[in-house]
Amino acid sequence: MIGFFKSRLFWISLTIVIVASTLPWYVSGYILGLLTVAYYFGVFAMAWDLLFGFAGEVNFGPTFLIGVGAYTAGIINNQFGISVSMCIVIGALASVVAGFVLALPALRVRGPYFGLTTLVAVLILQNFIVVFADLTGGEIGLTIPDVLSIDAGVNYWIALGFMTISAAILYGLSQSPVGLVLQASGQDPVQAGALGFNIVKHKLAAFIVSAFFSGLSGALLVFYFGTASVGTVVDIAVGVQVIVAAVLGGRRTVLGAALGAIFLIVAGEFLRPTGELATFIVSAVALVVILFFPGGFLGSVLSREARQ
Amino acid sequence: MLGLQILIDGFAISALYALGATGFTLIFGVSGVLNLSHGAIMVLAAVAAWAAASVFHLDSYSGALVGIVIAALCSIATYFAVVQPIQRSNKIPNEEKEIFVLTATLLWGIMIQELIAYFFTNNAKTVLPIVEGVVNIVGVRTPKNEIFTAVVCCLVIGLLWFLVNRTRTGKVVLAASMNPRGVTILGFELTNIYIIVWAIYGVLAGIAGVLLGMFLGVSSYSVGPLTASAFSIVVLGGLGSVSGSLIAAFVVGYLETFTAYMISPAYRTIPALLLLVIVMYIRPQGLLGRR
Repeated sequence: MIGFFKSRLFWISLTIVIVASTLPWYVSGYILGLLTVAYYFGVFAMAWDLLFGFAGEVNFGPTFLIGVGAYTAGIINNQFGISVSMCIVIGALASVVAGFVLALPALRVRGPYFGLTTLVAVLILQNFIVVFADLTGGEIGLTIPDVLSIDAGVNYWIALGFMTISAAILYGLSQSPVGLVLQASGQDPVQAGALGFNIVKHKLAAFIVSAFFSGLSGALLVFYFGTASVGTVVDIAVGVQVIVAAVLGGRRTVLGAALGAIFLIVAGEFLRPTGELATFIVSAVALVVILFFPGGFLGSVLSREARQ
Repeated sequence: MLGLQILIDGFAISALYALGATGFTLIFGVSGVLNLSHGAIMVLAAVAAWAAASVFHLDSYSGALVGIVIAALCSIATYFAVVQPIQRSNKIPNEEKEIFVLTATLLWGIMIQELIAYFFTNNAKTVLPIVEGVVNIVGVRTPKNEIFTAVVCCLVIGLLWFLVNRTRTGKVVLAASMNPRGVTILGFELTNIYIIVWAIYGVLAGIAGVLLGMFLGVSSYSVGPLTASAFSIVVLGGLGSVSGSLIAAFVVGYLETFTAYMISPAYRTIPALLLLVIVMYIRPQGLLGRR
């Protein structure tokens, strides 16, 4: 741990965070808003990477966990008018419960079967949101009375702080002995089991941590937008974006996932003048990265450093 | 009467699902690839058939043919541009190739979908049916096109069975699915076998797409649901088992039709999804799958 504080990665990250936290003083509200969303997405992607990169499980339904957290927080705020911070905590807890319920059947299966189970969870959630339109607002979306803050700068700092803390916890976890056991059980479950580690327990824990951060971030995002809709927090397209962000940034790096998410959101905005082709271009770039630089942004940098 | 209506409509839908899923499971059985651009290829076939008929004024037979040929070409392109580079890459560890193929084909599907939306808009398109008119089956008015769809699907699946089990090429493909290395030692080029399989897959997906376009209409929004339904049918039936996929297609097709008629169209897909979760829990290898 002490070694980490002396490492180059730590100082680079610290510098980036400090520079990023000064942005509200000289950057327009529009860019701040963009980055705010990107930071929440970064947490989605990091939480996903913990499950995929380390536990080796392809979760096709990150938006199931995000959506449960976001909608629970939104609905209780809408129905009972409980304070925002309380709603966010309850949302994150609901997401943990949902993650636990999903993990029980899902962890019995592996590979594509696991992927499909998680994908189906998203489709079921999506259907239920549309069916119980009275409570959830259906396809139109849920309007939420309270917001985090109306000041773009404050919103930005909340998002940045949240992402930094999440990154520190998730990265620390991934480098800890628990992270190593997870990595081992992802790569060779039989051998890891033979060494006496309880693989299912470790994977379940990873799932729950991932669910907690996804749900927390989803709930915060909902209170930032002031609305929750299928298109922003549940749709499979959102899940695909999270997955692409994590793979693009470099799997098994955690921090890379956040970089990938910020890149995706900012690139999508820069490409807005190209109109409907924007998604095409982003997907094409992501495909090229996957085919030719499978380590992703951070993966290639780190491996070059390791070689030196 | 409602019972018969469900029986007829359910059969047509199920046959269509079966045709779509057969190609998907064939690819998985032979090369171990789950092609998540499946829905995009189906929609591409339908949109190509639609464009050939309404933009280039071809008759509906040639239109359908254009759609199928384009789907086959796109399928072969998928193999060369996306799947083969990953399978041959030495930067990607072997145990992670599966997830890379999943992600890459997913992205490829999104690219196709976005191109379709860009050139032909997101609007729903209905391909002009080859046969028109309505017949009365014991009091149930059934479009002839629905019967045509069911008949073509059954014929094509039968033809595929014949191709795989009774011809030399089919037997080589079958052998490649059992033991790729053994087939290579016998002097068959594995890449050629894969090209054949992807071409067959493309034709199957193309026919399914064009029929779907005539029967229900497609838009670029149907890409995701189509992929998801093929994926779930194939997993429900057991990955790589063609007969399992056929049974699963009929289970899902009838379950959806029944729910839509008896409860509400809004709940259409929910029972099938719940069934899938239950099957995953009790029998993770699917109905007829091997472990």
